[in-house]
Amino acid sequence: MRRVVVTGLGMVSPLASGVEETWKRILDGQSGAGPITKFDASNVTTKYACEVPFGDGTEGTFNPDDWMAPKERRKVDDFILFGVAASDMALADAGWTPEAEEDRLRTGVMIGSGIGGLSSIADTAVLVKERGPRRVSPFFIPGSLINLISGQVSIKYGFKGPNHSVVTACSTGAHAIGDATRLIQLGDADVMVAGGAEAAICEVGIAGFNACKALSTKREDDPKGASRPYDNDRDGFVMGEGAGIVVLEEYEHAKARGAKIYAEVLGYGLSGDAYHITAPAEDGDGGFRAMQAALARAELEPSAVDYINAHGTSTMADTIELGAVERLLGDAADKVTMSSTKSSIGHLLGAAGSVEAIFCVLALRDQIAPPTLNLDNPAVEPRLSLAANKAEPREINVTLSNSFGFGGTNACLVMGKVTD
Amino acid sequence: MSDVADRVKKIVVEHLGVEEDKVTESASFIDDLGADSLDTVELVMAFEEEFGIEIPDDAAETIQTFGDAVKFITEAS
Repeated sequence: MRRVVVTGLGMVSPLASGVEETWKRILDGQSGAGPITKFDASNVTTKYACEVPFGDGTEGTFNPDDWMAPKERRKVDDFILFGVAASDMALADAGWTPEAEEDRLRTGVMIGSGIGGLSSIADTAVLVKERGPRRVSPFFIPGSLINLISGQVSIKYGFKGPNHSVVTACSTGAHAIGDATRLIQLGDADVMVAGGAEAAICEVGIAGFNACKALSTKREDDPKGASRPYDNDRDGFVMGEGAGIVVLEEYEHAKARGAKIYAEVLGYGLSGDAYHITAPAEDGDGGFRAMQAALARAELEPSAVDYINAHGTSTMADTIELGAVERLLGDAADKVTMSSTKSSIGHLLGAAGSVEAIFCVLALRDQIAPPTLNLDNPAVEPRLSLAANKAEPREINVTLSNSFGFGGTNACLVMGKVTD
Repeated sequence: MSDVADRVKKIVVEHLGVEEDKVTESASFIDDLGADSLDTVELVMAFEEEFGIEIPDDAAETIQTFGDAVKFITEAS
């Protein structure tokens, strides 16, 4: 089987624009949560979220003009803006902007989103109701469709390989990286730009997740303390937004061009819960089987795992995942660190899996496990370390990243240092 | 230049992101100003909005240049 490595990283997160800027803040224990500013939140139950810090581009802020001309930006929803920006970063990092036709034919894009242009859809529905269907912009549909990040990136860079998109709720980013890896393994492409993007912090988005009883509601006075995975006082997830994009490349292809190689995608596992539309199976069986499948693909024993980036959304499901992980690891759990970076950046829904895969890549590079913030009063006493409130420097050779989505869709990525 | 022409030019400059001096009488939205077919649909919608008129689809198809737009709107409003 052809080997697949990560050669480029790009990210727009609630902590910062940029991979290194975000990672520095994550390790520093910062939170991206705050009061909602994107819309008037006075009518919704949850009035806080983890918004991308828009600004002039200095001090880690996200300046949209740096990534898309104002006239183009007007035509797309923010999830596309975030996805295109993170793709630009990842491709620049990888040094992969080929001019040759044969290289472009062998480069594809697989970027998904959980919900896509939700705020554009909501705004357009109101426009139709108030002013009639003739006022709908011709850019409404192409600015809202989930696969249009893949389309935009392909058009911008001339990538003519597989052009695809994943939609599996909160597992989207992980599935995109896993499926793109498979396309390279099977020979459909040599390079894939892959990941997820989301921008669902809008009135219908918050109202919808509030109705599902999925969001934290009790921390209006302390938004930064709201996302608290594994803590007794957790009361739901905090919505985030942004994008995480990686450049995946066939190993020999990367070596031949002297690319900087961050890590290898060693295994990918998928499963379905067949249980409930929003709740995970109570014994964590779906997540367990996804992890098991990913390790089997990687031809690794559970004891090889050093760091796990958990799905850990700060909901009741945290302990179900933890139970499944400890069942998988057995006695090896004693030497493993698991953390939820959602405690810092909230839940980026369709972008979560790819953003968290990038954190695993950085954990491998820097030999440090990012912290789980706000873990003051653990709901359980786990055998593994949850890196409570402080980043944990340690040896990390193999990482595992879990993503679970509504509908009972589970994905697990195993990554590791590249060894010959 | 007429008031209508000024207002049309402002819309064209804003929507297509072009320099004002490129928007001449004979400038074609698609061939000279970089618009695609979706941009022209949006331009016509912006003209309707600005001038409070309705431009039927068959008439919209005849509006290819800045001059066409000014002429149509002057006659319609």
